[in-house]
Amino acid sequence: MRRFVATLAVVVGVAAGALIAHPGLADACAGLIGSDGAVNLGRTTTLAGYSDGVEHYVTAFEFQGGGGEFGALIPLPGVPAKVERGGDWTLQRLQLETQRAEAFDDNLAAPARGALTKAVVLQEVRIDALDLTVLEGGGASVATWANEHDFRLSPDAPEVLDFYAQRSPIFLAAVFDGAAAAERGQQLGDGTPVHITMPTDNPWVPLRILGLGKQPDDLIQADVFLLTDEQPALLPAPSAGLTLSHDDPATKLLLDDLRSDAGMGWVPRSAWLTKLEVNSSAGDLRYDLAVDTSGLDRPSPVAAGLELPDVAPDAESAATVLWAAIAALAALLVAIVAVRRLQPGTQRV
Amino acid sequence: MSWRLQALLLTAALASLASGCGSGLSTKATIAIHYSRFEPGAVTVPAGVPVTITLRNDDPIEHEWIVGTEQVHEAHRVGTEPVHTSRPTEVTVPALSTRVTTVTLDEPGEFAYICHLPGHEAYGMVGTLRVEEG
Repeated sequence: MRRFVATLAVVVGVAAGALIAHPGLADACAGLIGSDGAVNLGRTTTLAGYSDGVEHYVTAFEFQGGGGEFGALIPLPGVPAKVERGGDWTLQRLQLETQRAEAFDDNLAAPARGALTKAVVLQEVRIDALDLTVLEGGGASVATWANEHDFRLSPDAPEVLDFYAQRSPIFLAAVFDGAAAAERGQQLGDGTPVHITMPTDNPWVPLRILGLGKQPDDLIQADVFLLTDEQPALLPAPSAGLTLSHDDPATKLLLDDLRSDAGMGWVPRSAWLTKLEVNSSAGDLRYDLAVDTSGLDRPSPVAAGLELPDVAPDAESAATVLWAAIAALAALLVAIVAVRRLQPGTQRV
Repeated sequence: MSWRLQALLLTAALASLASGCGSGLSTKATIAIHYSRFEPGAVTVPAGVPVTITLRNDDPIEHEWIVGTEQVHEAHRVGTEPVHTSRPTEVTVPALSTRVTTVTLDEPGEFAYICHLPGHEAYGMVGTLRVEEG
């Protein structure tokens, strides 16, 4: 089979976004498998931001070498208003900030608080050697789009894509053109930052997608930064596989630095900085991260992927139920008539 | 027709229906594929007669249904044949589609059916075809 093998799996890159105040929130990531089928395991960094109903998600895709293509799918909570090149050093600055905090803060281990339709291409953007496509569709239609574009999806993809499509039909497909990266002189490990701006009232951070294409025992590692107006409430609460390693008001110096990076003018004057470290087996990472900054301490179980959303039955389903009910009623009437006729002593007129 | 005769005929009809749906010796079987799992994971068929198997792939990705001895499976684990169309015991089932194959297994025994696309067997795409004396 000489179909191109680029699998949706785990994002090996860097994502940045920030969550700023407002009810609910979360961010996201994705995954990569190379054209040779090998999964590139690496630590992912993500920053998601949410302010005034707009989520800012910045991620970077690392050039892993070779001349083939790599593919990744990132589930998104809303339709992007803009997909553009991200800041050059935002993620590194965040790592630096929290590493410095680790050196001086003894309270880091503080307990945590609580039927197939065709995918629609909404947007296509080329950033350096990255081709980015925003898709709208169900899990099956997005998978079909991926198949048509020579991705080889891993066997867990149908279930994982449905897991996300139940909450949001929007996906970002990223294809890294290794040959183009080499021509551009990109070195192994060089990242291409991407900044996605999404108006949404329901932000969340996809984590389960990091395990796509992995074996259940494979270790998934990621750093997730949240920048929010208020201290966020998280679901699931930090635990052994999802540890809270930074939880403080962001310093003025950090916010000023972030604001001075390309495309980061949205960073507010004051914010809360949270850092979560994912160190989990792929088999255990079956959830996303819901974040609530409303002050109500009610992160959504649906946004966390722990509960299914309430889905109103569509017209076709309703019609099916109606006909089934009519058929059942008819069968019952026939049965009653039959029983009455079979009863001894029943007189026929 | 007396009510006893009607009841007898009804009983016979229900027995026939049950036989068609659940007997291990039916010469027809449907195996669905959903979320990269075979459903059901085990099917029982009679030996020595043609058995028609309908393979319904509900997934948006391609799968394979290959049934045979361990030797057959070992060959496929390292094989490079991209698509299986020429042998009734080796069937490629494209995404969201159905294929029908007819196989005759002469000897009783148990044979695994497996999808040998990369990573699929490890993910759990394994089932058992039990062949029993008819």
